[in-house]
Amino acid sequence: MSATQLRVATVGSVDDGKSTLLGRLLHDTTSIFEDQLAALSRASRRYGDGDGLHLALLTDGLRAEREQGITIDVAYRYFATPRRSFVLADTPGHAQYTRNMVTGASVSDVAIVLVDARHGVVEQTRRHLAVASLLRVVHVVVAVNKMDLVGWSQERFDEILLDVAEILERFGERPAVQAVPVSALLGDNVVARSDAAPWYDGPPLLAILEDIDPAPPIPVGARVAVQWTIRAGDYRGYAGTIVGGPLRVGDPVVSALTGLRSTVVRIERNGERAECADTGDAVAVELADDLDVGRGDTLVVGDAPVAPVVTRSVVADVCWMVEQPLEPGATYLAKHGTRTVRATVEAVVDRIDLDVLDRRPVERLGLNDIGGIKLTFASAIVADPYHVHRETGHLVLVDEHTNATAGAAVGRGRGGREPRAPPRGGAHRGAGGAPGGGR
Amino acid sequence: MTMTDSARATDQALDRLEAEAIGVIREVTAECRAPVLLFSGGKDSAVLLHLAAKAFRPGRVPFPVLHVDTGHNFPEVIAYRDEFVSSLRVELLVASVQDSIDRGRVPDPGPTGSRNRLQSVTLLDALAEHGFDAAFGGGRRDEDKARAKERLLSFRDRRGQWEPRLQRPEPWNVLNARIAPGEHLRAFPLSNWTERDIWSAIARDRIPLPSIYFAHEREVVERQRMLLAVGGPVVLESGERSTHEIVRYRTVGDASCTGAIRSTATTIDEVLAEVATARITERGATRADDTFSDTAMEDRKREGYF
Ligand SMILES: Nc1nc2c(ncn2[C@@H]2O[C@H](COP(=O)(O)OP(=O)(O)O)[C@@H](O)[C@H]2O)c(=O)[nH]1
Repeated sequence: MSATQLRVATVGSVDDGKSTLLGRLLHDTTSIFEDQLAALSRASRRYGDGDGLHLALLTDGLRAEREQGITIDVAYRYFATPRRSFVLADTPGHAQYTRNMVTGASVSDVAIVLVDARHGVVEQTRRHLAVASLLRVVHVVVAVNKMDLVGWSQERFDEILLDVAEILERFGERPAVQAVPVSALLGDNVVARSDAAPWYDGPPLLAILEDIDPAPPIPVGARVAVQWTIRAGDYRGYAGTIVGGPLRVGDPVVSALTGLRSTVVRIERNGERAECADTGDAVAVELADDLDVGRGDTLVVGDAPVAPVVTRSVVADVCWMVEQPLEPGATYLAKHGTRTVRATVEAVVDRIDLDVLDRRPVERLGLNDIGGIKLTFASAIVADPYHVHRETGHLVLVDEHTNATAGAAVGRGRGGREPRAPPRGGAHRGAGGAPGGGR
Repeated sequence: MTMTDSARATDQALDRLEAEAIGVIREVTAECRAPVLLFSGGKDSAVLLHLAAKAFRPGRVPFPVLHVDTGHNFPEVIAYRDEFVSSLRVELLVASVQDSIDRGRVPDPGPTGSRNRLQSVTLLDALAEHGFDAAFGGGRRDEDKARAKERLLSFRDRRGQWEPRLQRPEPWNVLNARIAPGEHLRAFPLSNWTERDIWSAIARDRIPLPSIYFAHEREVVERQRMLLAVGGPVVLESGERSTHEIVRYRTVGDASCTGAIRSTATTIDEVLAEVATARITERGATRADDTFSDTAMEDRKREGYF
């Protein structure tokens, strides 16, 4: 078991019960303070549709959300059990807020995919599953909710798992999948095991989460994208956050943009002198030589097991997040690490059609579309393929006229695996088998 | 000395939170023209300023700090502010709500009225006057339901307003800090911290705090189930009776509406133990102005409140 903090995103279609589930997790782990509980029961009387506590109101905090009974933006909640601490991102189910779901999922270790047992997998579930697998969220937990409304039917549960497995097979790498039948409203199998479904002998949702080990990233060798140069007298230090592996005083480093080499002579780790720093640490690195390094460049440890690619073009999958469509010939600012370069859309390659679960050639991508594009950059960026290294393999497109954050893109790279041809004749059961539910 | 597993886990979790905050501070400093750090003298802004110092070590913090002074201060907090800021060799700017009242920018709430809401105007005027385009704040998502939805960067239009529906997505925590002339942004490096994390950092680095965070004897009056310090803006009304109690503060704000809690915690470790078992949120326990309506915070944020 690991005691590290787990970042969890809940995804799924609107009304599948995400907010209720989150509220249930917080409530049953006694993570709710007394004054919040009092405010919740006041709000339940006002906005709720029935008796008792309306748990979704715990996270649906904005006035417009309460009035419309939907989730607009990501809400972050923090709670801890005796075994580990959690950050839960409750992300919106409505298609028009998919950008917020992308934000929540991009930094999560685990996605809880909620499915309403009555409706099964719907378009928005498919979209969220596609996003989760393109973003390579490593662990997926399928929570089949509202099992109380389908008489805790095992058959229904198994059917839904097969559908989910098939979708995950199709996009990106297949994540590790677990599944659990729950009733968020009544609390069955959320925190405590329930005997409502005797056929399910796996752990409740919370125990599944407590046991997940966030996958350590592949050790590609330390990279520090330079954010800022610190000057103090003769001192000159390059400030940034380490990804990819450890960095020590004495290590050789290369400036990825210029190819110039030097040696680390001093490290500040989170503001304190240190001999060594590791992935995730905010550092200031002083070098033996006066290299012409600045913001936007990346220092790479000299003997890195995987060399980053210095490139002026990329084929990427993008989630498009603004109304203005993405079309060939358009230019955007691409933010990659600490580097911002002008990017031109050379081509829109394809779009993922969520109905047939396949890529189709298209001319442009619209709001909430996911598809492949080819970009060229005005000057080089230092990237890793996303499947090799999540932290250095993504980029964000910004519209320079509106300043809107328009697209979230991941490099397809070598491993960017094309989806398989759709199964013919509708006989698609058994493709990869059902994800195990601990049975 | 060997650490227990749980102490080591806390230490590592704190390292992650610190690194994330330092990363945000550096990124906004690099992307924006003129940042400023909002410093209230409270524990969150103390941690924030401490991390800003770490972010640029061995150099100096490359931006000033701004205190929005309501005039209803705890004297201990002002003394602390001056000492802490100068120990870090950072420039201190003070924007005063009294000035805004004198200049007719805001209505005078009278000697005993709360000045918390007026701060928004004073702050916006100060940002405009100095030409600041980015302001760091110590807001945490665990404070309130509306804050729980705030991104690391929060954009304000020319009138300083927040539009929750139009927040910019921050995939992979990539920060897009581009703004149009006249707009400004707020950055919240401590977004992912809880009250407990704040106290753990204070304990680990021995970050100085105003003395009112620790138990002391004080003359208080109970109003709307809140213990208010008698004196300054808080005057006993007829029928009210004050008592002397051993109290401390969980947050520091305008003295007219920041409540004390009964507590005997006189050291950081005792405070940490108390926070770990608290059953009431920080704001619920100590802020009179947030309890009026369930969406009080959201409404004030829309108006430009921090
Ligand atoms: N019967 C039943 N109703 C549920 C369950 N979970 C959620 N609901 C109801 O489904 C509706 C939508 O839930 P909500 O949490 O707001 O969905 P969200 O849009 O995904 O956040 C609400 O009326 C809930 O009370 C469940 O397990 N069983």
